[in-house]
Amino acid sequence: KPLINRFLRDKCSIYKRSYHATVLPSLISTTSPEFISKKEAMDGLVDEFEAKTAQARLGGGPKAQEKMKSRGKLLPRERLALLLDPQTPFLELSSLAAQDVYSDYIPGAGLITGIGRVSGRECMVIVNDATVKGGSYYPLTVKKQLRAQEIAREHGLPCVYIVESGGAALPHQANVFPDKEHFGRIFYNMAQMSALGIPQISSIHGISVAGGAYVPALADENVIVQNQGRIFLAGPPLVKAATGEEIDDESLGGGKMHSTESGVTDALARDDNEAIMRVRGIVGDLGQAGYRGVPPEGKAEDPVYSAEELHGIVGTDVRQPFDMRDVIARVVDGSRFREFKKDYGSSIVTGFAHIHGYPVGIIGNNGILFSPSALKATQFILLCSQRQIPLLFMVNVAGYMVGSKAEKGGIAKDGAKMVRAVACADVPKLTVIVGGSFGAGNYGMAGRAYSPRFLWMWPNAKIGVMGSGQLSQVMTSVSKDPSQHATLKSEIEDQSTALYSTARLWDDGIIKPTDTRDVVGLGLALASRKPSGRAGRLGSTTWDGTGTGFGVFRM
Amino acid sequence: MLYSRKPHFDKILVANRGEIACRVIRTAKKLGIRCVAVYSEADRHSLHVQMADEAYCIGPAPSSESYLRMDKIIEVCHLSGAQAVHPGYGFLSENAKFAETLAEEGIVFIGPPATIVSMGSKSESKNIMSSAGVPCVPGYHGDNQDPQFLFEQAKQIGFPVLIKAIHGGGGKGMRTVTEATPEAFYEALTSAKRESLKSFGNDTVLVEKYITRPRHVEVQVFADTLGGAISLWERDCSVQRRNQKIIEEAPAPGLSIELRESLSAKAVAAARAVNYVGAGTVEFIFDNDTQEFYFMEMNTRLQVEHPVTEMVTGLDLVEWQLEVVAAGNPLSLNQSSVPLVGHAFEARIYAENPRNNFLPDSGRLLYLSTPTPTLTLPESYKPISTLSASNTESLAPSLVSYESVAPSVRLEQGFMQGSQIGVFYDPMIAKLIVHGRDRTEALRMLRKALDEYHVVGVSTNVEFLRMLAGNQAFIDAEVETGFIPKHSDKLFPPITEPAPEILAQAALFVALRDYPKQQTPITQSPWTSLVSRRFGGDMYERVIHLQDDASTGESNPMVIRITSLAGGLFDVEVTTPAGTPVQFHGVSAELVSSTSLTVTLNNKLSTVTIVSQPPPPSVPASLSHNTMEKIHVFSEGRKTTLVIPAPKWLLMQGADILSGAVAGAISAPMPSLVVEVRVKVGDKVDKGQSVIVLESMKTETVLRANVSGTVKAIGCKNGEMVEEGKELVNIEADVVEAS
Repeated sequence: KPLINRFLRDKCSIYKRSYHATVLPSLISTTSPEFISKKEAMDGLVDEFEAKTAQARLGGGPKAQEKMKSRGKLLPRERLALLLDPQTPFLELSSLAAQDVYSDYIPGAGLITGIGRVSGRECMVIVNDATVKGGSYYPLTVKKQLRAQEIAREHGLPCVYIVESGGAALPHQANVFPDKEHFGRIFYNMAQMSALGIPQISSIHGISVAGGAYVPALADENVIVQNQGRIFLAGPPLVKAATGEEIDDESLGGGKMHSTESGVTDALARDDNEAIMRVRGIVGDLGQAGYRGVPPEGKAEDPVYSAEELHGIVGTDVRQPFDMRDVIARVVDGSRFREFKKDYGSSIVTGFAHIHGYPVGIIGNNGILFSPSALKATQFILLCSQRQIPLLFMVNVAGYMVGSKAEKGGIAKDGAKMVRAVACADVPKLTVIVGGSFGAGNYGMAGRAYSPRFLWMWPNAKIGVMGSGQLSQVMTSVSKDPSQHATLKSEIEDQSTALYSTARLWDDGIIKPTDTRDVVGLGLALASRKPSGRAGRLGSTTWDGTGTGFGVFRM
Repeated sequence: MLYSRKPHFDKILVANRGEIACRVIRTAKKLGIRCVAVYSEADRHSLHVQMADEAYCIGPAPSSESYLRMDKIIEVCHLSGAQAVHPGYGFLSENAKFAETLAEEGIVFIGPPATIVSMGSKSESKNIMSSAGVPCVPGYHGDNQDPQFLFEQAKQIGFPVLIKAIHGGGGKGMRTVTEATPEAFYEALTSAKRESLKSFGNDTVLVEKYITRPRHVEVQVFADTLGGAISLWERDCSVQRRNQKIIEEAPAPGLSIELRESLSAKAVAAARAVNYVGAGTVEFIFDNDTQEFYFMEMNTRLQVEHPVTEMVTGLDLVEWQLEVVAAGNPLSLNQSSVPLVGHAFEARIYAENPRNNFLPDSGRLLYLSTPTPTLTLPESYKPISTLSASNTESLAPSLVSYESVAPSVRLEQGFMQGSQIGVFYDPMIAKLIVHGRDRTEALRMLRKALDEYHVVGVSTNVEFLRMLAGNQAFIDAEVETGFIPKHSDKLFPPITEPAPEILAQAALFVALRDYPKQQTPITQSPWTSLVSRRFGGDMYERVIHLQDDASTGESNPMVIRITSLAGGLFDVEVTTPAGTPVQFHGVSAELVSSTSLTVTLNNKLSTVTIVSQPPPPSVPASLSHNTMEKIHVFSEGRKTTLVIPAPKWLLMQGADILSGAVAGAISAPMPSLVVEVRVKVGDKVDKGQSVIVLESMKTETVLRANVSGTVKAIGCKNGEMVEEGKELVNIEADVVEAS
């Protein structure tokens, strides 16, 4: 019968699309009470996260913004929006850095960092937020900028610095200035990246004094806003104190002077708007500098299942188990996942997939790590390393198995194999902490110490040496004065949260579960970048084994 | 009807351009006649050249060097073997000398013989008409041009009076005097004479009674070479601006059968009185107050508005010109069998600025989208039965029924997208003709067709015509020549701020067109495919500033904030300086083509045409609206032009460049003709002194010194055509002593 034929044909076409040996099935029930309660909890946490980021987006608040606007300046996020190509994505890093860390509210640590497209190429954008304590550098501000530079260096991303900062926050100078990973490192990084052929561009929209004066000075090319940007090693009061010379801001370090006399700046802009347009022009003329993105292998295909369901699958309670395959099915292209060693070491899930067209090897947790799980993961890492396929760690790990049986089985050496493989894998690693990341499991699953290219957390993620309950039990049993530890459990609990982590830059930011696929896709696209032009050339060794000599000196 | 005949000519030359040339070629092609086009250098790529079988360039752009060059046209006739010349309207259409010369060369002039062409002279014709019993407006048409004498005549006629150049036309050389004082009269007389002399090379004027509430009603007549003459009924062309028609209709509304019969009879009598041959128009002035009509003049050409007559009669007048008259055949219809079916309107679409006294505009048709015509040439009406052919001498329209008329839209245009309008020629872009079963239907169709007529590049009167077609007084047929000034309040409503919906649409257009281009159709990096998504904290907001082009540059821009939501939707917030912010939530928008946006605002799905007009690339940004990008939104029959204001720094940069440029340089503001250079090198000039007189678009412009100083150089001479931006005079500024 024709009708039946048509029915069959329709059916077949559906199957043709979705039926494939590697398409993960969805076994969840979206109407179960368990799913609904998990979803509600996660919805709440995501809302809370969004409210906090919305608050942080306002920077120093309406009053500080008004003050800045009244001077004819653009707000930091307005500068950012103008700088980026219209209608392109922006991957902001650590937007909740310094949240609840200092006695002052320092939203985003007074700095906006992220990766976005400028004049058709991906750049690391670093914007001082002068509405927050004049854009001065707190310890975490320095850390955030250094992390952004690290990401830029790893991916060969040109750096654009939108500068308006009074320099180090003086009361914190001991934690800002002297150490290796402190203020000076910013300029060291700029010099090194320039030498590596990674362009360093800056525009100066406000004061850029003392140490801050070196950001424009070390940039390959820069722009200054007239009657607004100021660059000097010492401001008028210090000059007067030191030499007795009386001079105003603009004559000492204004844009006109630097553009016509000192040569500290390369171009003079009339206002913020023009400066940003000029920076866009500079980035448009970067030629072959920096790395170039590689287009994906194939066309990105949406997952078969809705990402919205992630909330109800995972929930917020780390003790509630879930199958990581259900998460993977909502992240990878076409929900296709070619699983490796599926029936061996079943507490870890390994397999190959694509995200936004880029190939990726995924390692996800489905419980405690036993020896076989660790061995399976190790073999998989070796495979990906050999094939040059980036690794994605989807973390929900309580740690490696403890107890006599496990110890006898050599869990320590098997776990170490996995940790060694992760440490030395010669491919980009990306880490998403979906649930818990506890104990040595954190190491095996490419925690921060294992230099993944990016590490993101879901709002529900937990991180710590062990679960808070466990930890307080251990402490109680080993401690001589149990009364001291009355509040320990809640303290540890607080310190294990994603918010606590992200405030201290233990990660690159919290992401919404539904954004996971896109964020990882952007990360994989960055990880695919290859050196081009000068940055890829090898020659005689001077330092760092690249033979690229110096960057661009300012003349 | 004409079955047994063959067209007289195998090949004709069309001595015109634009829509009328195309119109003539269309009929000629229908009849199997080959067409020769002539064109000026400026018209090389124009439509009439493309449509013709062969085309010849006859000279540079100015019409005096091309379309008015009789010798060149006759040369092309010989060269191409054209047996006849169709002059269209304007140019040489009513030039007796041309008709005469053609006759001498053995080439047929498709129009009346030279002797009749001289009917173009107004005073002569009036005398003939008066003696033939055709009523004329009281007035003095004599040769005595003594101002004092003319004033006496005016007093006799009774004020108000009209002073008219006898060779005038198109509103030129015409003045009304309402005040019965010699001063007022002499002033108007001098000015009319001056204009007439300049335009027509003759300053003879006549003085006539001025009718306060006149209508302009004209009768189309046709006469064969055998003495036959009939009327093809009348047209009403009352609604005029600057004494030029913009909307015409047939038949004239509100005429009784008797009046129509009488008009036709008088028109035919007028034609017979001069032994007229061919297509002609007898113009009457109709006094609304007394219901009297007076002969005005006779036009010996095919008029611009002939299509409305064609629509109601179903006759192809160009075909008649070629077949009946020029070929020497008798008229194929008698008066009583001339159909009068339904009602037709013609709207003339001009490049002009209605709000600025209808001053002509010039420029390129950057974008042109028109209603789809349903008809290219008139189709003849077939009578259902031949009931009352009893009284063949009757001049009333017959009561014969015709097969039902399908409402139709006709478009007569000579230009395509990309064509240049104005400067050298008439700024008419096209004629839009509609035909309906009655006036109401025809007007309804006219309004819809105008809604669909979209032009970018020049200002047009489309919106004004739309306003007119929807005006209650016009709908009620209360037409008179003073209609526009009388109803100006309604026709020119105060300019209101664009609706928030329009602003949202324009802003979405701007945002969407900036979407990154796909790298390859198959593989795309998420860095381009994930348009405007924000991750990790930031929120994508696009702020677009727009200014209303109709307002002055001073006003604060309107601010539209577009926030990208998940799933490709947008939140749009429109803030205007005057009003409270208007929010649209969950807006979906898609750019279906480079000029078409589909958008859902408040659950209403609409597709709007939006055209971007980029600023001229070579002109530095200034405070002028003209140097910024314009966004034209065509929505629900209205065109809204918005300007994306240049950022402040760009204006400052522009100002810096301009101030750095020569202070005393005076450049041509538009392509124009240099009428007079009033200074010479070495002259001392004061700031504000007139230096150069330019003429463009039939309008004179005086350029004045922008500094006091000495003329250093002159870059043009009298009579020269200059391009926009050409430096004409350079004045070295006096060194001002610091006080």
